[in-house]
Amino acid sequence: MTITEKILARSSGKERLSPGDVIFSKVDRVMMHDVSGPGVIKVFSEWEKKGVKIDRIWDPDRVWVTEDHFVPAADRVSAENVIALSNFTKKFGIKKHFKYGLGQYGICHTLSHEEAMVLPGEVYVGGDSHTNTTGAMGAFAAGLGHTDIAYVLMNGQIWFKVPETMMFRIEGNMPDYLMAKDIILQIIGDIGTDGANYRTMQFAGDVVKRLTVEERLTLTNMTTEAGAKNGIIEPDETTYAYLRERTDAPYTPAHGDSDAEYSEVFTYEIEKIEPTVAKPFSPGNITVARELQGTELDKAYIGSCTGAKLEDLREAAKVLKGKHVKIRTEVLPAAQSIYMKALKEGLINIFVEAGAVVGPPTCGACCGAHMGVLGKGEVCVSTTNRNFPGRMGHVESQTYLASPMVVAASAITGKITDPRDVTN
Amino acid sequence: MNKILKGRVHKYDRDNIDTDVIIPGPYLKIHDHKELAKHAMEGIDPKFPEKVSQGDFLVTGANFGCGSSREHAPIALSQTGIKAILAPSFARIFYRNAVDGGYLLPIEVDEATFKKVSDGDELEIDLAHNAITNLTRNERYAMKPFPELVARIVEAGGLMNFKPVS
Repeated sequence: MTITEKILARSSGKERLSPGDVIFSKVDRVMMHDVSGPGVIKVFSEWEKKGVKIDRIWDPDRVWVTEDHFVPAADRVSAENVIALSNFTKKFGIKKHFKYGLGQYGICHTLSHEEAMVLPGEVYVGGDSHTNTTGAMGAFAAGLGHTDIAYVLMNGQIWFKVPETMMFRIEGNMPDYLMAKDIILQIIGDIGTDGANYRTMQFAGDVVKRLTVEERLTLTNMTTEAGAKNGIIEPDETTYAYLRERTDAPYTPAHGDSDAEYSEVFTYEIEKIEPTVAKPFSPGNITVARELQGTELDKAYIGSCTGAKLEDLREAAKVLKGKHVKIRTEVLPAAQSIYMKALKEGLINIFVEAGAVVGPPTCGACCGAHMGVLGKGEVCVSTTNRNFPGRMGHVESQTYLASPMVVAASAITGKITDPRDVTN
Repeated sequence: MNKILKGRVHKYDRDNIDTDVIIPGPYLKIHDHKELAKHAMEGIDPKFPEKVSQGDFLVTGANFGCGSSREHAPIALSQTGIKAILAPSFARIFYRNAVDGGYLLPIEVDEATFKKVSDGDELEIDLAHNAITNLTRNERYAMKPFPELVARIVEAGGLMNFKPVS
């Protein structure tokens, strides 16, 4: 069995599982935020209208809550959603509620690893499609809608069809101008935005083995853009060392068998990958950055669960150090803890001195909700994960997706730029 | 769940219609279902909600509903009156949201069926027999049967009426 099958067999009390089996799985961790949370609350209230009294949930200690999409409160409705969320966590005794402006908070998929909310071998579901991100910790992590999350809060279980696993091996030595973002964009370009529908995307190989946890998270994060049910990477000493710095909670990792069956195996030689960009209006619409050289931009955005982890900021800062941006540039660390580390490392100084704006952690602009949306006709290069029509603002705005290095290089020139073409 | 559905087709001949198009990000803060319906498909056809009558069908290309986990997407569509969506394939979270929330039916049809059905056609869908009749063209098509568990959740009217089974 693969690691995904092993985890799901354990969580559904089965000896063996095969792709296609339908199971009810126990859940170890569940997350909701200020978009899915109010949806869950509505499901609960409709349930209560039917006469079902809900005075407790399955296990408040396995639930955690974030405020990330519409903070700082975009308007009154957003503010009231956060109030409703606070009332809900208080009522049901959920202690892990990361509140905006109150110590550690940030984007849910970033807190999941920064705060070690999810551990290897666990089944984790979240009310957000990029829940897949956390699979890089060796967990089964999948996104669900709010009805499913409400169901988990009541029953501690949810149904899954056991997915087939596509294996992606990345071999070779990673050049210093590439990031995990280039790899995953290349893969999505190759298999298409429905190339992994209902399936697992697993990553392995020399390059993945040597990638840091944060870079691995970029790979699993964008498995969602290929339609995958989950993305996963076998946990190893890199994973365990990362966790030791953050938690002493026990866990039981799972590993795939040596004879595990994969529906397909893809092998990439890293040296053949170039700094890659996804053009509007699909994450699968890729080309190399140098092909787009000269594409005029209005904005560079370094933010989101995909592209504003500490390492993303470090790589962007390396490119921006001592330079000046030519276009509107926004840097939003993905969590308060990352903001603080970036501050201590002097990265924030580099961004501000370069002329960029540094803002608070939020999903706001990535999903076109608030905090810097694009106007009609504006063109943006972004470290985020989606560039559908209207994703980051006006339906006639355009977003190019790229690595933090490419975005930083492009900020300096005002045009899409390969980081190798920015001279020091 | 009514076993026979009858309605008119609204066809959008495009693959990968994503959730940002179905219900754009700024509306995610809204949880009033009727309000969401006013913005259904805004990114592709702002007049969509006015065109739909209760019981109508949406026919689209492959990978419908890709992108976000927002349940706002099937909610907004169902609140306009759409009862079923016919497409060659669906994105996974959209599919399970549609079924588990009991909002509307995601019905998989083959590519040939997708091509034969036109905007404005009257269809009759017989869920008991997995059969689709195009009343306008006097043609019959097959639909892919729901997997067993999905069929039971559909029957129950959504996952909240359904107990976990091991």
